[in-house]
Amino acid sequence: MDILYFAWVRERIGLPREEIETQAATVADLVAELKQREERYEMAFSDLSALRVAVDQKLTDFDAPLTGVREVAFFPPMTGG
Amino acid sequence: MRISVQEAPFDLGQESESFAAGHRHMGAIVTFTGVVRDLPDDPLEAMEIEHYPGMTEAALQGIASQAQERFSLGDVLVIHRHGRLTPGEMIMMVATAARHRKDAFEGAEFLMDYLKSRAPFWKREITAKGADWVDAREVDEEALKRW
Repeated sequence: MDILYFAWVRERIGLPREEIETQAATVADLVAELKQREERYEMAFSDLSALRVAVDQKLTDFDAPLTGVREVAFFPPMTGG
Repeated sequence: MRISVQEAPFDLGQESESFAAGHRHMGAIVTFTGVVRDLPDDPLEAMEIEHYPGMTEAALQGIASQAQERFSLGDVLVIHRHGRLTPGEMIMMVATAARHRKDAFEGAEFLMDYLKSRAPFWKREITAKGADWVDAREVDEEALKRW
């Protein structure tokens, strides 16, 4: 599964994307898994209310299932316009 | 409908002109342009806009289709830039065409409200003091409740 990071999430984690093997059932499970990896992940995911998630390029919630999913992206609230 | 996510500047006059032409059944054309604003106390050197290639185009397409249906728009144009921009440069524009002005205005406002917080762009302001990600504002999220 490809995991993408944008804006300050990318800066905190230190890379724009990575490919991981995971059995996580939901986005929340994936976040819990990532947080256990290293401190920079723990820091980036410390406040989920400050984060948004897209699954296969569609905005969704942290309880979204990951079955058959190819791409998950984490980023702060968007500031377009 | 045309959606363009681009790094290059756009020509507002030319875009407005060509959008307005060829809509003989549409009595109202509204355009909105967003410009990089300088900061009064801490002069802005540049604004950097990051985006999510692929999702950005799909999100803008989705927002534009919703606006088109809801306000019976005859046509929609969305241009949004990314990369490094300096104060005074145009960041983005939307244009709507409708039979009557109310739908054209409201369609443009709807597009702008959704584009602010539902299209994957992130702005960063660069000043002499350093670089700061622009925080999303509560009022922008609130604005969506109107629709």
